[in-house]
Amino acid sequence: MKIDRRGFLAFGIGGTVGTALTPLPWKLMDDISIWSQNWPWTPVPPKGEVSHVNSVCTLCPGKCGITVRKVQDRVVKIEGLEGHPVNNGGICLLGLSGPQFLYGPSRIKTPLKRVGKRGKGRWEAVSWEEAVSEVAKHMAELRAKEQAHTVGCLLPEDQGSVAQLFSRLLAVYGSPNLMRQPSIEDTYELALYQMQGIIGRPGFDVEKTNFLLSFGSGYLQGWGSPVHMLKTQSHLLANAGQVVQVEPRLSITAAKAGRWLAIRPGTEAALALGLCHVIINESLYDKDFVGNYCHGFESWTDDSGQSQPGFKQMVLDNYSPAKTADITSLSPEGIMDLARSFAKATKPLAICGRGNGSIPGTLGEFMAVYALNALVGGIGRNGGILAVPEADYIQWPRPEMDEIAAKGLQQQRLDGAGAGQFPLARYRTSHLAKAINAGEEYALQLLLVAGENPAYTLPGTAEFKKALDSIPFIVSFSSFMDETAAMADLILPNHIYLERLEDVSPVFGLPTPLLQLCKPVVTPQFNTRHTGDVVIEIARAMGGGIAAAFPWRNYEACLKETLGGRFTKLVKDVYLVGDAPVRHFETASGKFEFINTEYKTGPAFTPIEPEGETASFPLVLTAYDSMRLAAGAVANSPFMVMSVDDTVLKRGDVLVEVNFQTAKKYGLAESSAAVLATPYGQARVKVHLSSRVPPDLVAMPRGLGRTAHDQFIGGKGVNFNDLIGPVQDPVSGLDAAWGIRASLTKA
Amino acid sequence: MKQDHAQDRTKKYGMIIDLDKCTGCGSCMVACMSENNISFREDESDKLLSTAWLRIYKLTNEKPYPEADVCYLPRPCMHCEGHAGHSPCVSVCPATATDYDSATGIVSQIYTRCFGCRYCMAACPYHARVFNWWDPVWPDGMEKYLNPDVSVRMRGIVEKCSFCYHRLQRAKDKAYAEGRREIREAEYQTACTQACPAGAIAFGDLNNPEHAVYKLKKSPRAFRLLERLGTNPKVYYLSSREWVRRAGDNYLAQEATGAAKHQVENAH
Repeated sequence: MKIDRRGFLAFGIGGTVGTALTPLPWKLMDDISIWSQNWPWTPVPPKGEVSHVNSVCTLCPGKCGITVRKVQDRVVKIEGLEGHPVNNGGICLLGLSGPQFLYGPSRIKTPLKRVGKRGKGRWEAVSWEEAVSEVAKHMAELRAKEQAHTVGCLLPEDQGSVAQLFSRLLAVYGSPNLMRQPSIEDTYELALYQMQGIIGRPGFDVEKTNFLLSFGSGYLQGWGSPVHMLKTQSHLLANAGQVVQVEPRLSITAAKAGRWLAIRPGTEAALALGLCHVIINESLYDKDFVGNYCHGFESWTDDSGQSQPGFKQMVLDNYSPAKTADITSLSPEGIMDLARSFAKATKPLAICGRGNGSIPGTLGEFMAVYALNALVGGIGRNGGILAVPEADYIQWPRPEMDEIAAKGLQQQRLDGAGAGQFPLARYRTSHLAKAINAGEEYALQLLLVAGENPAYTLPGTAEFKKALDSIPFIVSFSSFMDETAAMADLILPNHIYLERLEDVSPVFGLPTPLLQLCKPVVTPQFNTRHTGDVVIEIARAMGGGIAAAFPWRNYEACLKETLGGRFTKLVKDVYLVGDAPVRHFETASGKFEFINTEYKTGPAFTPIEPEGETASFPLVLTAYDSMRLAAGAVANSPFMVMSVDDTVLKRGDVLVEVNFQTAKKYGLAESSAAVLATPYGQARVKVHLSSRVPPDLVAMPRGLGRTAHDQFIGGKGVNFNDLIGPVQDPVSGLDAAWGIRASLTKA
Repeated sequence: MKQDHAQDRTKKYGMIIDLDKCTGCGSCMVACMSENNISFREDESDKLLSTAWLRIYKLTNEKPYPEADVCYLPRPCMHCEGHAGHSPCVSVCPATATDYDSATGIVSQIYTRCFGCRYCMAACPYHARVFNWWDPVWPDGMEKYLNPDVSVRMRGIVEKCSFCYHRLQRAKDKAYAEGRREIREAEYQTACTQACPAGAIAFGDLNNPEHAVYKLKKSPRAFRLLERLGTNPKVYYLSSREWVRRAGDNYLAQEATGAAKHQVENAH
């Protein structure tokens, strides 16, 4: 048969029309799609009896009450606990991600011992008995060699029974090197002690204030107890209150505030003092409080007969609106206006500590903000700053210390806190790596890390990893294969919070003291063990006086004894609210001290220059925080990574915010690849053009660039801590770095 | 009298999101993912392929530093009523996989009926619908947390926010067991509403004067997204910022917003 043109077209058109008319292809397509939708591997979640268990979330320092929804023995959903004093039903992304952490692929399922080279990820499963005796053996050997002080321990906090067990272990063993994760708590504690003489923590009464002045605190971005603070905006709207955010970048906190003051980065303390100047100069301060309850406002003569300049004199001499405007790049009128409206508000409150509060900052700045609160009488009153004393429910008998212990404890701390140049600081964990690498004092022989991930969270990760390399034996108690656990020699995995019974230490920033209990919601999913139990077992394995200091059968017995009658109440209600703190002062003068009479520390503007020289690093890099990224010890969940904007993370690359002007100067277009370099190293990034940052400032989100964990969390973006290191406050010795010099070049 | 009874029965569930309170934290997104068994993949940065039901858009006022302003806008399914239930997606679905329930005002999605033509996705002006390009896969052991109240979706179908319809069913069952005909306002709340730390989301029956949403939707700060399209959405937003309300209405100059809009409406 010959096919001519006409025949060909007729066949073609006829075929097309015919195919379109017959239902066969559509029917087949439908059948195929239905068939392919019924793949047997699409999971069908089993039904079962539903129950709810109330507990506490300890994934971050926020410590919210939670209600866990269970179907049979499975955790299905986590919700905020209604009526809870921290979060009252609200919950954040991290808290919601609990089920993903519980059943996630980066859980450590059994004790592990390193077999390959350190950090190469080759492990051998060992029994708990073997793991515990290995730690005890190492510790006993060091102690026998009179090297007890070379054992270090790093914890997220020093409160709560597990932290206290570690602290007790180190004390009877003979090491002064107990360290806590640095944060603004360090600085606030110092400021509170210097000005009120109280050992404790500040409570910010954000529910009752009607004028919130924030010096760069990202209280909508994870500062303080995140969910508690996220409600601030709504409280202030309800109180018809005002919010002023002082910050160089238009963060979401700044955007939500009624007024945003785009200040020159790093000059917040100068503004606080400038506001004090206006308030004093115009006599707007609370004369009753300043006159009757304060010391150091006016100049005074000390015991040795020397004249000491008062706070008033210092501020009036140095921080006139014109001078403050010069330092901060704000207008003098704006400063005066802000000072007046702050002083005239009925319940003003000023807070400080930049971003999410992971960098302590300078003591002078925190004392300046405290002084500002004091001037308006905001110390110890509703809607102001309260002093919450340290919890005292842990009352264990003093352990017997032997000679080695006493000798070890007399050694200087490796991080240099509490002695020499920095007598005020309790911990200087940020500077530990530098001290180790510089070979100061003595070398750390053994490091215990529990509940913290310093290889990721401490500024200067390269320096920290180098320090880890020099430590012969590293023990991790992590539940997850995080960056520090990956560098360990032995991992003794803890139960996660949904599997364990543990008291929960006080919540930073909450104005009421709170005692809480985290309860097991499900039985442990893997061969993990409560760190509290492991500490007791290690002590027992070492025998002698160390074992005697831990007389409890196990951790649960210890906790029950510690809590006494409160235990049953806590099991039922999850939390107990303590008495509201009353205004009191325990300083030498018995008053609020603008300038500490003993140490002569006081409010000050201590400029902290970003590291690096201007010629090769013309820009300044700073970090910003987001609730959608977890920058702490606990990493993001797959859900959280899913929630991140594509202007923050695209494929494997982090996008840094760059002002349009800066981008133009360096020939960078939206989403273009670039190399970001700082004195600490360089990283591949993409740029996001944004008017939220001023020219010459580059902003990078914290919480990306995890290298361990699993493929859903790791290998995405850059860790900000890779590009910055600690810069010490000359007064306290704490890390006060707010940024670092950087350069950006087209990739 | 008869009409009153009819009103008693007909619910119109809707949502009010206060953008003055919203901090863009993202809790609503993750609460939704956890409640509704949303699957995830290794790289979730291509938002066109993501299966999140609730997305948060970032709005900017496009002004230079330091006049810049930013506002986050959570976007669930708008559950458009259209005119008499003719929502854009319902009108185009050849499989009757999606439908407007006039008793609740909820736009449903029946996964087993959907054969993935994605007409509804094209019709939806809010990008509220997502397509499953891949089989959902959970890392080994993680499927333990899946919620049995919500079916896991398979490859090749479209899904979207259901206003947590299973929670309405649960509330109804409970009310029935207790011999009540009506469910209380607090008994049926979506997962995002419940989770929001800032209390920015209100959910309830827009027809019921006793529900919070009834009053809030009449606020002079209220607006809806792309109202001029006539989709008649049941998600309202509140903002005291003029530029945000304008952004919601897609910046058309002739569109009055806020107080001015209400004057126009009251005049009619």
